[in-house]
Amino acid sequence: MHSDRASKGLKIAAGLGLAFMHLPILLIFVYAFTTEDKSYQWPPPGLTLKWFGVTWNRPDVWEALSLSVKVASISTVIALFLGTLCAAAVSRTRFFGREAISLMVILPIALPGIVTGISLRSAFNLADIPFSFWTIVLGHATFCIVVVYNNAVARFRRTSGSLVEASMDLGANSFQTFRYVILPNISTALLAGGMLAFALSFDEVIVTTFTAGQQQTLPIWMLEELVRPRQRPVTNVVAMVVVLVTFLPILGAYYLTRGTDTVAGQGK
Amino acid sequence: MTSAVVFKGVSRHFGSVRAVDEVDISVAEGEFFAMLGPSGSGKTTCLRLIAGFEQPTAGEISIFGQPAQGVPPYKRHVNTVFQDYALFPHLNVLDNVAYGLMISGTSKGERHRAAEEALELVALPGYGSRKPSELSGGQRQRVALARALVNQPKVLLLDEPLGALDLKLREQMQEELKALQRKLGITFVFVTHDQGEALSMADRVAVFNEGKIVQVGKPEDIYYRPEVPFVADFVGSSNVIPPRITEKVTGTWTTAAVRPEAIMLGDKGLPAKVRATSFIGTSTRVSLDLDGSQMVALLPKGQTIPEIGEHTHVSWAEDDIHLMEMTDE
Repeated sequence: MHSDRASKGLKIAAGLGLAFMHLPILLIFVYAFTTEDKSYQWPPPGLTLKWFGVTWNRPDVWEALSLSVKVASISTVIALFLGTLCAAAVSRTRFFGREAISLMVILPIALPGIVTGISLRSAFNLADIPFSFWTIVLGHATFCIVVVYNNAVARFRRTSGSLVEASMDLGANSFQTFRYVILPNISTALLAGGMLAFALSFDEVIVTTFTAGQQQTLPIWMLEELVRPRQRPVTNVVAMVVVLVTFLPILGAYYLTRGTDTVAGQGK
Repeated sequence: MTSAVVFKGVSRHFGSVRAVDEVDISVAEGEFFAMLGPSGSGKTTCLRLIAGFEQPTAGEISIFGQPAQGVPPYKRHVNTVFQDYALFPHLNVLDNVAYGLMISGTSKGERHRAAEEALELVALPGYGSRKPSELSGGQRQRVALARALVNQPKVLLLDEPLGALDLKLREQMQEELKALQRKLGITFVFVTHDQGEALSMADRVAVFNEGKIVQVGKPEDIYYRPEVPFVADFVGSSNVIPPRITEKVTGTWTTAAVRPEAIMLGDKGLPAKVRATSFIGTSTRVSLDLDGSQMVALLPKGQTIPEIGEHTHVSWAEDDIHLMEMTDE
């Protein structure tokens, strides 16, 4: 007899799988409260909240955090702008090489980050561009565009092309049509794409390593902290913040795109 | 009388495809004009040329005497009811209908009042707060109509607007559209592949085939007096009689058309053999073979139905045969 209910064994296996993925994260959280700061000792000898205060007063944490937020924000804005335009071109018109362009836009996220990183570094060197805040932003934008593009292109495909014509027919010029018809129909897709792009940029290490100068983004700072055993739990406190900062937008993106499977602008 | 829409030698080519090929049209003001043809015959492209979504490759289009060359869709006093209705999914019905007025800068109160009136006109009062996704196909069709009419267009273009509706609703909408057009006096240009729809609603019908207009005229003319075999076949499902048979009957060497219901079976006329019979409700359809040519007769209820394989004779009243232009058959 076929049953829709999973067997006990499968349930336990699924539970173990999830536990394997998520328990180590809890471990990070626990170490943020430990009283011991040289090595990660289990079980923690005692629990304290002092590392939160210590973290708060460390200027290097604030610098790294603000750099990461700035990089992620600007990369996301660039990605939103270029990704939307590219998605509109690919989904609205037919031209020679359309499929190739679509593939080339998606490629950066499929390529190993180290390849993207090395190639960007060589290119910046060749072009005599000094490594700075902006080179980090450019590096991040290459893969941020992909997530925005993917979200936008899917939504454009589900939005009937005759909506644009209907708007023009009713007297709206291109700008008005974008403002009153296109934007409202793709806004949730852009928001979701933007949040994912932000999250991707915020915890990126590899490309950043190659495109940064002296600057330290938050993930890079954490990597360096782990090597130097000094006030170790500070790293854990920061890790908790990173988890929350990246988790919330992803959760938001999930809720925003959920339930929009019906085709926008479908006629019948 | 002013011409609402005039096409002078208008062509629209897509690469090597002549979607519209040297078409001349003159639609009078206040006319209900139908463009009828099979899919791919260029009728929808003609409609899009009037709306401004396409630009002609050659020729001139004028709308109420104004040349339409280079005028974008949003500057034409023409509105379209799209085949898929193209209602804005993010706006409710009232805002959909009021969209054109919102764009033209009409105040909120004013445009909502006008939109309510338009919804009343299409028999959907009080539906303003619903979303298009909550409406049935027939209701969406009416909203699309209201959204176009609220702008008081000089010409209303309708692209197969009844195509997605079921038969009963379609017949009802045909009557309503016709009544609405009479009441408003707006020029309607209507595209359809359904000959019944074109004949029942339009003042004049243009029949399209392969990018060209093959005949323009009143529905009765199109139906009873087809000028070319294509019209006889496509519009009336008439029997197209080849020249050698026409010559036997009329003495003229030309193609002719005879409507199936005009054909009589009996002892006189041309010898024919019955190939098949099928009962279709009010009449019986008899397929005949006339010396190698196929012909269809519709026999009304009460007539003797011949057996399959039976030899009979085919005749028709003298004024039921319509001679057409010679073609290269």
